Amino acid sequence: MLSEELLTGWGRTPIVPGVVRISRDLEAATDGASASRGLGRAYGDAALPRRAGAIVACTRLADRVLHLDPEAGKLRAEAGLSLARLDALLLARGLACPVVPGTEQVTLGGMVAADVHGKNQHEAGCFGDHVRGLRVRVGDGRILEIDRDNERELFLATLGGMGLTGHILEVELGLTRIPSPWIWQETVPVHGLDALLAHLHEASRTWPFTVAWLDGLARDPAGARGIVFRGRWAEHREAPPGLPRARRSIRIGRDAPDWLLGRTLVGAFNRVYAATAGRRPGPVSPSRFFFPLDSITDWNRLYGRRGFTQYQCVVPADRPTAALRVLETVGRHGEASFLSVLKDFGRPGPGLLSFAMPGTTLALDLPLGSRSQALVDALNDVVAAEGGRIYLAKDLLTRPEHFRAMEPRLDAWLAVRRKWDPEGRIATALSVRLFGDAP
Amino acid sequence: MKAVVLGATGGIGRAISRRMAARGDRLFLLGRDPYDLAASAKDLEAHGAIPPVGSTTCDLLQPETFAPALDRAAAELGGFDTVIVTAAQFATQDRLETEPDTLCRLLLANFTHTIGLCEEVRRRLLARGGGTLCVVSSVAGERARKPVVLYGAAKAGLLYYLEGLDHRFRSAGLRTVSVKLGFVRTAMTAGLRVPPFAGEPDAVAARILRAIDRGRPVVYAPPIWRWIAVVLRSLPRAVLRRLEF
Repeated sequence: MLSEELLTGWGRTPIVPGVVRISRDLEAATDGASASRGLGRAYGDAALPRRAGAIVACTRLADRVLHLDPEAGKLRAEAGLSLARLDALLLARGLACPVVPGTEQVTLGGMVAADVHGKNQHEAGCFGDHVRGLRVRVGDGRILEIDRDNERELFLATLGGMGLTGHILEVELGLTRIPSPWIWQETVPVHGLDALLAHLHEASRTWPFTVAWLDGLARDPAGARGIVFRGRWAEHREAPPGLPRARRSIRIGRDAPDWLLGRTLVGAFNRVYAATAGRRPGPVSPSRFFFPLDSITDWNRLYGRRGFTQYQCVVPADRPTAALRVLETVGRHGEASFLSVLKDFGRPGPGLLSFAMPGTTLALDLPLGSRSQALVDALNDVVAAEGGRIYLAKDLLTRPEHFRAMEPRLDAWLAVRRKWDPEGRIATALSVRLFGDAP
Repeated sequence: MKAVVLGATGGIGRAISRRMAARGDRLFLLGRDPYDLAASAKDLEAHGAIPPVGSTTCDLLQPETFAPALDRAAAELGGFDTVIVTAAQFATQDRLETEPDTLCRLLLANFTHTIGLCEEVRRRLLARGGGTLCVVSSVAGERARKPVVLYGAAKAGLLYYLEGLDHRFRSAGLRTVSVKLGFVRTAMTAGLRVPPFAGEPDAVAARILRAIDRGRPVVYAPPIWRWIAVVLRSLPRAVLRRLEF
């Protein structure tokens, strides 16, 4: 069934009219479609149609688990299965998804396409490291089963390939066994970026889950408040009895006024957040630990009608001052990031175009405005000079020349893509912007 | 609960079945496509249903499939106490006005054969001393409205039948649950303009399942439709004739 819809990414700008084909049957939905779209959590234009009116297959209704083997720790499911549903199934059985991003409102297909990472990247790698096989529909319409042995090149180009090497129909995934469905969390308040990075790296030596938050409003990152979060699956004896209760999330339902997330309110929030962060160590529900922002279903509307973007980059481990330079660039442009998250990466992502590399990743939420392009350009100058790269799942404003400068792997990936889709049938607004695809 | 579900592969049927699977009900699935049924059976096992979840083909447009399908379900489940029918067809008023074949098929599937199936179910449930029959109808059958004249006519007829079934056989142990469904975002309604008060399949499924457990004869889902229906019923014809609602 086709329907005309106005589509946006999670950042809510731009708005593109598309023709959405939604079906429980992904083979039917993707036939002749120019792109696939899941729950629409890519911030920028990664899941937007290449041009107004292009057909986009929506995978949301194709969410069946096709095979679950708890003993072998293996699952196969349709690509539209959401992480929220998957987690609910797995936690009750003493299993967990091996890698989860910062929101539960993503599909398996989306997690493959972005090769997402989580708080355990330093230890468990990326989502793609746990993907055992895929069923895909490539550009010429053929449907293929691919894995590390069969069509290895296409498989690796699809992990982190932003859905541009083919429509992802089914995903086979290895699972993690967990001692309890709770997370043991500890928090460490820190002052200044150096201390934060030092604590983050120290924590990652012994803890499977680590992440750090920095008060992005501080004038000087060297003295900013920060919190390092560390966690692990709680042992059975540490965990409260039973499963964590399903969380009720609130919905705002309308656009906040543009002034809401200004310095005053965000500053106040950050002070409260930093002050209350020294919580006692203890068990928390996985959703509170992994997906804190999901407690507000549509928090993206807090930014108002203007929308926002997230700038997420990774800088290599051998450039210890690169993170500081990125943050200084934001400050120099008179901007403030309302949410700044840092995380250390341990190993490169498995995909040909995966985002992760050993180093430090920074994610900065920025309201969109007339100065956003100049800021992203300046940030990309810094990141390219430091040998880092940006995360396509978040990106909206990067220029093709910047992306090329950051991505020595780009030509190899484009070659694989061309091999399987010589006529360029699969494309998104992102690939038109960055790779010069025909709209 | 041992339940037979017609329409379990998609939309509201899928959502109800998953909730029943998670709480350990025994399930048997009826539907048109055997491969689709097998995939849904696996999905329900993953959601907690006791394996194996059986299935067989049954099509509202082929009434000769009803009796064998129900016999097979009874044999595999060792008798069933609940039957849930969520399968139905939908087409817009424009299409039904211009395509007589589509109209005929829709009326057959949603009215004639749904009632034929319910009669087969009724006989079987009464023979074992009672049980629950839950049929998903629509608020389109509440009062005639311009956008759903033909679709609503079949749904109104179905509601009439279900109410009568409840009057006649409740004392004998047959609990009839008729669901008056408002707009729900499923594959069936994809492409339609989403009206206010649209529901999500999972929330609607939770509400229907509660009604089944309590044996309530009528349930509105999403719940706000109960009050919209009160208003609709009280509107004079002269007003309704002017509305495009």
